[in-house]
Amino acid sequence: MAIYTKDEARAIMEKALSFSTADACEINLNGSESGNIRYARNTVSTSGHRSNQNLVVQSNFGLRSGTASIDEFDDESLKKVVKRAEELAQLSPENPEFMPPLGPQSYDQSKTFIEDSANISPDYRAEVANSSIGPAAEKDVTAAGFFNDSSGFSAMMNSNGLFAYNKSTNADFTVTMRTNDGTGSGWVTRDFNDVNKFDPVEASNVAINKALMSREAKAIEPGKYTVILEPAASIGLLNNMFRSFNARTADEGRSFMSKEGGGTKLGEKIVDERINVWSDPLHPDVPTATWNGEGQPLKKMKWIENGVVKNLAYGRYWAKKNGVEPVPFAPNGIMEGGDASLEDLIKSTKKGILVTRLWYIRGVDPQTLLYTGLTRDGTFYIENGQLKHPVKNFRFNESPIIMLNNLETLGQQVRIDGNLIPYMKVRDFTFTSLSDAV
Amino acid sequence: MKRRNFIQYAGLGAGALMVPSLLMGNSISAEALLNPGLDVAVKKRLADVALNTARSLGATYADARIGRYLNQYVFTREDKVQNVVNTESFGVGVRVIANGTWGFASTNNVTEDGIKKATNQAVAIAKANSKIQKDPVKLAPVKAHGEVSWKTPIKKDFKDVPVSEKVDLLLSANAAAMENGANFVNSALFMVNEQKYFASTDGSYIDQDVHRIWPTFNVTAIDRSAGKFKSRGAMSAPMGLGYEYLDGDPAEKLDGIEGMKLYRNSYDIVEDAILAAQQAKAKLTAKSVEAGKYDLVLEPNHLGLTIHESVGHPLELDRVLGYEANYAGTSFATLDKWKSKNFKYGSEIVNLVADKTYPGSLGAVGYDDEGVKTKKWDLVRNGILTNYQAIRDQVHMIDQNESHGCCYSQSWNDVQFQRMPNVSLEAGKEKYSINDMIKDVEKGIYIAGRGSYSIDQQRYNFQFGGTVFYEIKNGKIVGMLDDVAYQSNTQEFWNSCIKICDKDDYRIFGSFFDGKGQPSQISAVSHGSSTSRFKDINVINTGRTI
Repeated sequence: MAIYTKDEARAIMEKALSFSTADACEINLNGSESGNIRYARNTVSTSGHRSNQNLVVQSNFGLRSGTASIDEFDDESLKKVVKRAEELAQLSPENPEFMPPLGPQSYDQSKTFIEDSANISPDYRAEVANSSIGPAAEKDVTAAGFFNDSSGFSAMMNSNGLFAYNKSTNADFTVTMRTNDGTGSGWVTRDFNDVNKFDPVEASNVAINKALMSREAKAIEPGKYTVILEPAASIGLLNNMFRSFNARTADEGRSFMSKEGGGTKLGEKIVDERINVWSDPLHPDVPTATWNGEGQPLKKMKWIENGVVKNLAYGRYWAKKNGVEPVPFAPNGIMEGGDASLEDLIKSTKKGILVTRLWYIRGVDPQTLLYTGLTRDGTFYIENGQLKHPVKNFRFNESPIIMLNNLETLGQQVRIDGNLIPYMKVRDFTFTSLSDAV
Repeated sequence: MKRRNFIQYAGLGAGALMVPSLLMGNSISAEALLNPGLDVAVKKRLADVALNTARSLGATYADARIGRYLNQYVFTREDKVQNVVNTESFGVGVRVIANGTWGFASTNNVTEDGIKKATNQAVAIAKANSKIQKDPVKLAPVKAHGEVSWKTPIKKDFKDVPVSEKVDLLLSANAAAMENGANFVNSALFMVNEQKYFASTDGSYIDQDVHRIWPTFNVTAIDRSAGKFKSRGAMSAPMGLGYEYLDGDPAEKLDGIEGMKLYRNSYDIVEDAILAAQQAKAKLTAKSVEAGKYDLVLEPNHLGLTIHESVGHPLELDRVLGYEANYAGTSFATLDKWKSKNFKYGSEIVNLVADKTYPGSLGAVGYDDEGVKTKKWDLVRNGILTNYQAIRDQVHMIDQNESHGCCYSQSWNDVQFQRMPNVSLEAGKEKYSINDMIKDVEKGIYIAGRGSYSIDQQRYNFQFGGTVFYEIKNGKIVGMLDDVAYQSNTQEFWNSCIKICDKDDYRIFGSFFDGKGQPSQISAVSHGSSTSRFKDINVINTGRTI
């Protein structure tokens, strides 16, 4: 049993804290159960189940801190792990950036745990695989997919009176469908806290249709194109942009957010004024825990408002040094969308390219947030409001900042990797070469 | 932990801190790393519990891996220690074949009871999955090795070196960089010891003690008035060596171009940090490259990553067959190309070998994680595709009856599967140095060190950056370049390889955290080469104005 209730977790952590002789002590207790099934070549390849639990103690004497962890929670083990953390703290060098643990905090009640998702059975996982393999085989398509579900808890307690607890569930699904002649490939991803929202047949069919539609792609010249980016295509670039919302690297002059001559881009307009981005742990579609690893409460926070940088994240040390309030890093990303469906966006496009996903995205220049990568698993040419034909995959070299300055239209939002991102139409997206990959 | 997270730590982005994860096991003291672990006789007795239990439950094959995985990571920035992490992960994984189907289970309860339970679970999973299994597992035969052992031939165990000495070394490298004009420096030492005991119903009991080390840093120089910043990473390589890698042995140093120092089996981190600071500053004012075709002169610590992505991955048989289609992808190097015996992977001077035995490499072990003695074999000979990388349950699919010995699992907690061995480009046969090569180039770019890398899911189209770039004009280095990336197609690229330096220039590059599989597992692998010249490669300019 790796999932402890709030009271069970509290009792274990109080016991551990009672052994502490340090100036301050912080305990983290985590446990999770997860199961998965993997399939390829239209048959199951592996399946597994994992149960983990772990208690981490961080003790500090002045600016010296030590960390030790253990996966057994009887009194002797707890005594041992606390003693070990204290010994390590005494031996470790002083860390001038050490911040003492926070005092008591109050948190909102999170929406991350769904009982049905915690009760997923091996039979359910096998059925997910069958929902892909059966329909694929009927259409002369080969499925390779992965379904993983997990449920777990995290709790935190410290000697300054803080206590936090959260339970969560997650289910993640991806499947790649390849036509048996090797000329078409489609893909889909879905992720949920509530598995009742997941329809594996619907999802698998999206990937099958993309595979069938993408057969015998034509090569067109690389260059600048208007693109419709599905949320699965834009999320990689957007996540990389979200990561640069860090006050410290901006202040230090080594970030896209640093400004010529010193200072940061906080308060400056960096993208199209229709771009609004915020994080919200209580959003019903993309809930997260309401506290972070430092025990800070997480609240709704605006990052980009009407194209202007509204906030940068400040760690506790950097905030103190600069005399400002700490701003926790975003637990999720929510980007405002519009009413247009994918079909609407296609209909309104004279000439463009529909991109299902971008793959193998790597940073090229941190100065401009330039990234490279490739389209994959469904890239289509649009002409006069209609999908005309599949096109060969492209390599792109593009910055999310340039991309969001070239915004044409925002469409409906979709949950993707725990974020809420709209379909987007963007002009002048830079494709630099062709790939033969299917 | 996802591979990307590892990459972020390895890339030493600002504020990179390693937090002990479930994967890495429990956080312990440095002294506890010295605990010798279970006696080999006890491990044999416990492994036999798994094998006997599996047999009694009807399994036709079983193996048990009792693993103790020790990690020590040290992170610093400028004059501060950010974190010192010591972890231990200990447990046993049991893999069986029952009803012609694999089953796997693991436990950290390394007792007779715990092992019996895990074995029961593994057999139950095999039997359950056999109902939907279409092709029963076929294992290539393997010789019974009896009771054997193997140890990375290290001279200095990292566990015997005090943490304070490691911290002092990193801080002195940081100080050297700062004194030479760096504005920021992050540095880290990653040290790993895998103590693995393998036993199988084929009659092997293999005790192995595997060591790996990776010192690395990232130096940043800033021009605040221009709002520009440039970084230069370390020229070290992760190695299958002990702490002696950090001795800075002059006999293992090579003189590179423009005062650069290149390192073979020993690394001088302070010397490299000084040069890194100077080069990071120089990059701030380096000329932006003019896009076009250039001859590329690629240094081994750069070329290794290109070999990894464009040769190592596409020749993994499981990728070729579609088992990795949903994650990393498939491969252009399909079976028909291999069967034709005339698929020109590269030019005639291109010989690419897989090798699990090369001393000092990350992939070197005595036996793989299914008890197969390791070896060296050809992948591409005289430019022609000749073989893949395959393990016991795969080789029959390419009409072979001997496993290549490249099965690996990142821990006792994960099932073993096919992983990339060291894949290396053989040195040129005639005497030919880097200076000889530069003299022969009219319009080219010399690239050293790893940079940005990206390749498609079938491994055709790739784009690579680098750490430092120098322009070559009419046989001479004329200055530093910036904003360089090259794009090519795997087959075209290797067929444009027209010259390879000799063995005196041969060095290995390494990847400490290569990711594959779902759930993803990491593995460490090296790639050897000598500086090589590739003709007329497309170079793009990556500079942008925002």
